[in-house]
Amino acid sequence: MKRLELILSRLLWLVPTLIGLGVITFLISHVIPTDPVAILAGENATAEQIAALRRELGFDRPLPVQLLAYFQDLLRGDMGVSLFSQQPIAEELATRLPATLELTFAAVLLASAIGIPLGVVSALRRNSAIDHALRVVTVSGLAIPSFWLAIQLQYLFAMKVGIAPLNGRIDGFGPEPLTGMMILDSLLQADWESLGGALRHIALPAITLALPAAATIARFTRAGVLEVVTSNYVLYECAMGLPGALVTWKYVLRNALISTVTQIGLIFGVLLSGAVVVEAVFDWPGLGAFAVISIIQSDHRAVMGFTLWAGAIFVIVNLIVDVLHTLIDPRSTR
Amino acid sequence: MSELLLDVENLTLGFRTERGLARILDGASLRIAPGQVMGLVGESGCGKTTLARAILGVLPAGGARIDGGSIAFRGRDLLREDPAIVARDLRGRAITFIPQDPFSSFNPVFTIGDQMMDLMKWKSPRRKGEGRWPALLQPYPRARRRADMEAVLEMLAAVQLPNPRAILRKYPHEVSGGQRQRLMIAMALLPEPDLVIADEPTTALDVTIQAQILGVIRRLATERRVAVLLTTHDLGSAWEICDAVTVMYAGQDVESAPIDAFFAAPAHPYTTRLLESLPRAPEEGGAADVGGIPGEVPSPLAQPAGCRFHPRCDRATEACRVVRPEETQLAAGHRLRCYHPRLPA
Repeated sequence: MKRLELILSRLLWLVPTLIGLGVITFLISHVIPTDPVAILAGENATAEQIAALRRELGFDRPLPVQLLAYFQDLLRGDMGVSLFSQQPIAEELATRLPATLELTFAAVLLASAIGIPLGVVSALRRNSAIDHALRVVTVSGLAIPSFWLAIQLQYLFAMKVGIAPLNGRIDGFGPEPLTGMMILDSLLQADWESLGGALRHIALPAITLALPAAATIARFTRAGVLEVVTSNYVLYECAMGLPGALVTWKYVLRNALISTVTQIGLIFGVLLSGAVVVEAVFDWPGLGAFAVISIIQSDHRAVMGFTLWAGAIFVIVNLIVDVLHTLIDPRSTR
Repeated sequence: MSELLLDVENLTLGFRTERGLARILDGASLRIAPGQVMGLVGESGCGKTTLARAILGVLPAGGARIDGGSIAFRGRDLLREDPAIVARDLRGRAITFIPQDPFSSFNPVFTIGDQMMDLMKWKSPRRKGEGRWPALLQPYPRARRRADMEAVLEMLAAVQLPNPRAILRKYPHEVSGGQRQRLMIAMALLPEPDLVIADEPTTALDVTIQAQILGVIRRLATERRVAVLLTTHDLGSAWEICDAVTVMYAGQDVESAPIDAFFAAPAHPYTTRLLESLPRAPEEGGAADVGGIPGEVPSPLAQPAGCRFHPRCDRATEACRVVRPEETQLAAGHRLRCYHPRLPA
């Protein structure tokens, strides 16, 4: 019951969150000194032509009127039309969403699979050589900019060693699209060739995104484990001679993960913004790559569309994390 | 006297602190016979809990340094045997634990049943060396699981918990403190141990619950012929359930006696002062105002030499300040470390 209440209240919060997000991005996009109309009209357009185009697009109206009109359209599910591709933005985003979701989920899974065990080991071997080495790795994982890491990985694995493709999502057509997530689709259709191709393509961008996330997860897990191992229940479990592996990987880990899981939800937001850069470098046809093109072209409508979608995904992922939280920690539902 | 179950001899250990080595135990000895309920009494900070933890093998890792002595359990020296083998064969099986704080000693994120069945999976008396699986892959044979579950339900009834099956499905925060301590007692007895170490098992509980919990421990220890080491700062608790008492002062044992002799004829000056400090009704000859013991417990960083009680002792002589007294035996089971005991006239 409590869990349902939580979900409903979070979904309700989604509305004001998105309104706020929409207003802020709308204002920012109108304050920054770029003129999408001038870009659209081209270099040789006269001032009259630009003014005419501005009127045609409705960009000459006062800001509050434009904002209101935008939200009215949104209520009808209309995010407007991209100034450049002339495609409806909502449609464009919808076709690109699965690629980004696939990439960010792969990165989160990879980051957790690396970060959680590393955090546990460095906490248990506190102040040992392993712990110090891991600290160096995690700090550099956070410090390395993802575009640089992306290019290094491309250079090493795609160009020198040649075990991963340079960019793109798949060779050829890939699996029949069901969900749009190629790994999932090829698994569902038992299309092993496509699966291999999809995995090889996703490897480098996912690693690029996952590394800083893994560093954060490792640090939080380490802190969580260090706190839990001094607790009375761990003392009790050790005094009763339960096997060390059971105490660590069952009794300690689940308690230590309570704070890490919340962190993973927040990391997801970082991944979404990181995906903007990584998708551009790897030519990954997702929301991020779309956002980069839109920003470069000053296509404000498209940028706002991306921001709203990213915001909605972030809120929903954190809702899922909160539900997970209640599953891990039975005290949090009471 | 029959063969000893637990024989702690001259245990000396300390903790490294920023201000030097804190000698928590200095030549502490403790003996428990099979089936005996032994009270380990002393003021807070005298080393009772550290001694209990040393026997349980859960001293703080890295911080503790053992400088001498031995802990023999049925002739096996727990300090010198392979810790992994001790953990597998003795901990949770022959020696079990009732912790001080039942609120924080249950893992908060697993059900009580889950935790009890994990304990039984590894520590059930019906477990006979089962393969060499890695701990996380170890199977739990069905037949044994069923037998263990029956034993659990029986034990929950024995510690007087209503509706055992429902309790197993609950999380620790859903049951009361008294119930949690009953569960802890059940878990301590389920492996059918020879020795239960109960570290101040009632301090965290309401006064009304304390007597009930002590009663349960005493009854089950007698019924199942289990020896108990009960650490307490409360002489009243010791009087209620112990067969014998060992008194500690500042990390050293000073006197050990059967319960009757302890209360009727205490011989060590510290013990006598301790008993005098108990409030008693006037008709029992108690003073109107309760007298404390002058002076303070010495800091573990700067312990006096010789008998550690000498700065507070009105009988202390030069000898007391230099060399700690050897153990002398006054009567059967009544041992003492004092140069100037109070002997009955």
